[in-house]
Amino acid sequence: MTASIAAALSPDVAEPATTTYREACRAALRAALLADERVFLMGEDVGRYGGCFAVSKGLLDEFGPERVRDTPLSESAFVGAGIGAALGGLRPIVEIMTVNFSLLALDQIMNNAATLLHMSGGQCAVPLVIRMTTGAGRQLAAQHSHSLEGWYAHIPGIRVLTPATVDDARWMLGPALADPDPVLIFEHGSLYNASGVVSPDGSGIDIARAAVRRPGRDVSIVTYGGTLPHCLDAAVRLADEGIEAEVVDLRVLRPLDDAAIRATVARTHRVVVVDEGWRSGSISAEVSARIMEQSFWELDAPVERVCSAEVPMPYARHLEEAALPRAPAIVAAARRTVRGG
Amino acid sequence: MTTGLGIDAVHGEHLLREMLRIRRFEERCVELYSETKIRGFMHLYIGEEAVAVGAMQALTADDAVVATYREHGHALARGLPAAEIMAEMFGKAEGSSRGRGGSMHIFDVGRRFYGGNAIVGGALPLAVGLALADALAGRPRVTACFFGEGAVAEGEFHESLNLAALWNLPVLFCCENNLYAMGTRLERAESEVDLTLKAAAYEMPAWPVDGMDVLAVERAAGAAASSVRAGAGPHFLELRTYRFRAHSMYDPELYRTKAEVEEWKERDPIGGFVARLGAERLVDDARVAAIEAEIAAELDAAIAFAEAGTEEPVEDLERFVYSEGVR
Repeated sequence: MTASIAAALSPDVAEPATTTYREACRAALRAALLADERVFLMGEDVGRYGGCFAVSKGLLDEFGPERVRDTPLSESAFVGAGIGAALGGLRPIVEIMTVNFSLLALDQIMNNAATLLHMSGGQCAVPLVIRMTTGAGRQLAAQHSHSLEGWYAHIPGIRVLTPATVDDARWMLGPALADPDPVLIFEHGSLYNASGVVSPDGSGIDIARAAVRRPGRDVSIVTYGGTLPHCLDAAVRLADEGIEAEVVDLRVLRPLDDAAIRATVARTHRVVVVDEGWRSGSISAEVSARIMEQSFWELDAPVERVCSAEVPMPYARHLEEAALPRAPAIVAAARRTVRGG
Repeated sequence: MTTGLGIDAVHGEHLLREMLRIRRFEERCVELYSETKIRGFMHLYIGEEAVAVGAMQALTADDAVVATYREHGHALARGLPAAEIMAEMFGKAEGSSRGRGGSMHIFDVGRRFYGGNAIVGGALPLAVGLALADALAGRPRVTACFFGEGAVAEGEFHESLNLAALWNLPVLFCCENNLYAMGTRLERAESEVDLTLKAAAYEMPAWPVDGMDVLAVERAAGAAASSVRAGAGPHFLELRTYRFRAHSMYDPELYRTKAEVEEWKERDPIGGFVARLGAERLVDDARVAAIEAEIAAELDAAIAFAEAGTEEPVEDLERFVYSEGVR
């Protein structure tokens, strides 16, 4: 059953080799709806409006209101209804407009989706996909900009995906739907307009492993999601200084790809973890702790972290930029691990 | 042959037996709790048996049941073996949830019994989703969702009733109004205490029902379930009842008087039903004694099953966090 979904999600129409992250998300949704009649999309304004970020534009016309369902502003009820529909044999894709709004559904995600399988002694699997926008960079201030995916990565029972490339945006949804357990997909709002290449069949794209986005020998920059472009930018700047940085995209925050983290540390012996979440109690803290546990003797320098400033995200452009992990800070941290001080 | 009660002897005996099974099961649970065989939170349904038993008569095996943490009665009335429920409360691998859930989390997906949910109001959205799956598949099923009147104060109650009504979904909302949300009496929590008005505000049929009268519950649930099944959308029953025991085993009951409890006990759903059956000559004392003996034997066997049950190996601690055999 799961294999057939994955197989069926290969493209039925030729897709352009280069597209935007937004178009890739839409192509993934369309392919999923075409492939399996159990799949449906629901959320706030996913239908007639076309999606708050225009991701689902056109899908209502193609698939109708039964399978592209506009919901009231009732995050807890429609996420919970997604859980119930999954228990009832469907394969729901629930869209929550932003991660900040997902807190209104946290009861359903934490107390139901993540726990039902265990609490029922293995009876109640919940094959549900929840997509939501995360992250800052668009001057949306303190109730639309946070990066809380690290919180969700704390919870056993769910899988947390953070597609950072156009290719991942296109191809991670299929295996997420084939997964018998709840999968949360975080789409960084700053990425929707990014362009990139889409592979023709998604071969090699899974929902388990991290990916090396740029190889390097001197320092590893470990990141995910919206900060990947900034890390790649930092790597270019570091190369100008003669420092070859390896950029690792975690892709999956739960379960973390420990082998990939160990491997990059073994290659470079120096690490900078970059996370748009706040530093305290963050996924960056988790990665750093695992490096200490698993790769302590490989390290030639203390692990550095570059995270968001510990403030609710401010509105003003210059303040927001100052709060976010950006290339200059990443470069400086990498330099410290390589040259000290 | 039916009687003035509108039921025959076989059915009358069935209803009585089901209510008695719940009461005697829970009385045994209290003893076992004192013996520390059962631990954790345990919430007793004693006094409310007519609600689960009456409502369950309206459901078929294909229908779904979603219940709360006070669900021993619903599980028994739904047909879960007493032995598996008891083993679950003993924390044994043979329990209905393999000892992972306990008293508050009884599940049996084969019987479409979806818990055993212990966040007040948190299971209403699940019921809406189960009904949505049935509606999209064109299956003429009902999802019966039980919850206490305390849930009415939760946002999830309102979101769920609205969504079910908006999408015309086949949910039978069964609100068990036992007047107290733990220790908070309805009047201290709600500006409007007629709960049917809240449901009616979402444009669904909503009826108050005497929850101490199993026949009244059966009639109301039967009519509501038929209507739901026929495509008339969600219905709401406010089942007015009372719990005779404390909220849980840790509750000193400082919030209500003994006189009030005694007053409600005069409306005992079991005692009253036995009297009505007797008056109609549908059962006699000997028959009731025989039923009691059969239930006692069933419960003896259930407890023996739980005692003899095995413990899940600690090596299996992290099982059932993710599905097995798929990756």
